[in-house]
Amino acid sequence: MPLFEALNIDKSYGQYKALDDVTIHVPEGSIYGLLGPNGAGKTTLIRIINRITAPDKGELILGGKKLTIKDVIQIGYLPEERGLYKKMKVGEQSLYLAQLKGLSKNDAMKKLKFWFEKFDMTHWWNKKIEELSKGMAQKVQFIITVLHNPKLLIFDEPFSGFDPVNATMLKKEVLDLKKNGTTIIFSTHDMASVEELCDHITLIDKAKTILEGRVSDIKQQYKTHLFELTYMGNTDTLLQKLNDDYSITHSKTMPGGEKLIRIQLQEKSNGNELLTKVLAHVEILAFREVLPSMNEVFIKAVSKNSNTSNHE
Amino acid sequence: MNKILLIIRREYLTRVRKRAFIIMTILGPIIFASFMVVPYLLVNLEDSDIKTIAVVELDEQNAPVPKENLIFNNIFESKDKLKFEYLSNIDAITVENLIQYSGYYGVLILNHRLLNEQNIDIRFFTKKQPSIGIESHISQSLENFLFERNLEKMNLSPEVIKSYKPHIKLKVSRLEKGEFKEQKLIDLKRGIGYAAGFLIYFFVFFFGAQVMRGVIEEKTNRIVEVIVTSVRPFQLMIGKIAGIALVGLTQFLAWILLTMGIYQFAMTQFTNPLKMAQQTQQMQPMGNTIMNSPMIQQDNTEAPAMVKALNSIKPSFYFYLLGTFIFYFIFGYLLYGAMFAAIGSAVDSETDTQQFMLPVTIPLIISIIVMINAITNPEGQLVYWFSIIPFTSPVVMMARIPFEPPVGDLILSMALLVGTFLAMTWVAGKVYRTGILMYGKKVSYKEIFKWLTYKG
Repeated sequence: MPLFEALNIDKSYGQYKALDDVTIHVPEGSIYGLLGPNGAGKTTLIRIINRITAPDKGELILGGKKLTIKDVIQIGYLPEERGLYKKMKVGEQSLYLAQLKGLSKNDAMKKLKFWFEKFDMTHWWNKKIEELSKGMAQKVQFIITVLHNPKLLIFDEPFSGFDPVNATMLKKEVLDLKKNGTTIIFSTHDMASVEELCDHITLIDKAKTILEGRVSDIKQQYKTHLFELTYMGNTDTLLQKLNDDYSITHSKTMPGGEKLIRIQLQEKSNGNELLTKVLAHVEILAFREVLPSMNEVFIKAVSKNSNTSNHE
Repeated sequence: MNKILLIIRREYLTRVRKRAFIIMTILGPIIFASFMVVPYLLVNLEDSDIKTIAVVELDEQNAPVPKENLIFNNIFESKDKLKFEYLSNIDAITVENLIQYSGYYGVLILNHRLLNEQNIDIRFFTKKQPSIGIESHISQSLENFLFERNLEKMNLSPEVIKSYKPHIKLKVSRLEKGEFKEQKLIDLKRGIGYAAGFLIYFFVFFFGAQVMRGVIEEKTNRIVEVIVTSVRPFQLMIGKIAGIALVGLTQFLAWILLTMGIYQFAMTQFTNPLKMAQQTQQMQPMGNTIMNSPMIQQDNTEAPAMVKALNSIKPSFYFYLLGTFIFYFIFGYLLYGAMFAAIGSAVDSETDTQQFMLPVTIPLIISIIVMINAITNPEGQLVYWFSIIPFTSPVVMMARIPFEPPVGDLILSMALLVGTFLAMTWVAGKVYRTGILMYGKKVSYKEIFKWLTYKG
């Protein structure tokens, strides 16, 4: 069951259409990737979910009920452009922002203590934000975002600005949050982290949804019948056995002498056919279908979309 | 705790704890006092040199006059910083040298033809622009002298002339609500009106700019995006404006208390003549100029008059004054605070604010100009209209308040101010809501106008 849904969202700024009939279904306990080129309308959608701006048309549903202004306490948002009061002390500021989210002072104190200890940053409590490094400030902001145990978290480019050690640590935290039942909407341009984290994605381009669904389904949908074969033996004999239905896109010899080739199949044939054709001629070490990376899916979908919209 | 209260608390505490606030609170009354005193000090400093004027007589043929034949000897009374020296045996060439090279402030040339002819020009040569006081002192003394001399010619003895000479001192009284008020009191009221109007002007500018800076800070910090997920932009704006208003009121209260302390101290100094004499002696020559400055006191004898005027004001008047002051103070600030907040939200940095500052600065500057005008003429048409128009009324009305304007005027002005404040807050809220999340875009008035139509 989806925890959160945005249904048929429209939003215009004057003549400019920022979102055009966008719908997303975010399953409970999933990490949901919100992807799209710059200026596609992701930030507008996030702001609408956060009730910062209202949509011109459409509905927002959280936990089966219409999202109201009171529900913002169930949402935690880490914006792409991080910011805190530079002159305010870390502790005072965290407490203030937590209270603004609706936590009582005692509650906020307890939770802040837990997180500050977890991240080993209790000694920052009385420092001003301007005394912290960018990464440190981002950690503070991460804590502030998740502190009130929201059901729905929205992370906009959460890993940018972190060194690999901290980025890994943060990824672990994100996965822990998911394990504990938090649903996460995750907006990024970093496709590697999408592969790593996301279960579902939606791809928005030019104010419209052009792709939505499970990551594995989407990869199936975008697969190109490309297979990768690792073997020992003579390549020439192998190639003689393959007719025009097969083309080699890539071939190389590994340091151990084994060879690796990528074979592009026509749509009508399949992997099994290929395998029977080569089985007798070489010693097969590995065989797999190459699924497109999210990066490839992204580029393909967006360029296809711009072609169709150009034809219009 | 209510979210707006949380915001107010933060806005208040972060500002009140700042070192600049504490310094301003202590220095404020001193700076304020010097604002008023310094111009007078400067005027007085310039006057502190003794000016000596050489009086030269020439006979009817423009020839020198020997000492025994001087006619105009000692006819000019020396005033505090003005002295006259009567020279004899000076010919026309020496006069020129006197003007050019001597240390005299000026040279006054009196021709004996004056005695018989009317409408004769008298020449006063000086390198500096003489004050009106000097000019009138010379011409009046001369007029008196010639008039008396003519009367003497008609065989009237100097005593008789003197006894018939009237001595007039104009004392202005003004009918106000069936009571006649002394001029001293009117001056005092003018002073109160001026000070109150100026305070409002100053506060609107100073704390309005703080609202603007606060909004820009939140916007450039990007923290606003986090905050508006917890509270509505309108709440944030109102919280900020109210928080800063409290900072202003705190500062104002501290200033009043400090000033009252200083006033109490000064009063004990005045009422103790012995101490006062000591003080003036110690403070020579600086003390002299301060004591002479009209804002403090002319001299000892004037002090009781001022105190009397102060005491003659009914206590109910103070409540009336304070009540209206606080009303115009708060609503004037709120009106402009909302405008300042809207401006802050529309720009990316403080340097971009210029193009939007005009609608704020122009009415404020007009109001201070009209207010100064109102000091001399609190019942003019100009003052009336600007005390009704909401953007100028907080400052201008304060100049009218001490003269107790008709209740109808007051109600109209207040109602318009509150109404405009509500409308402006609505507009500012709309602009603010869109503006704070708009980055890297040069915004025009047209653009802002469009924001008003966006759906929240």
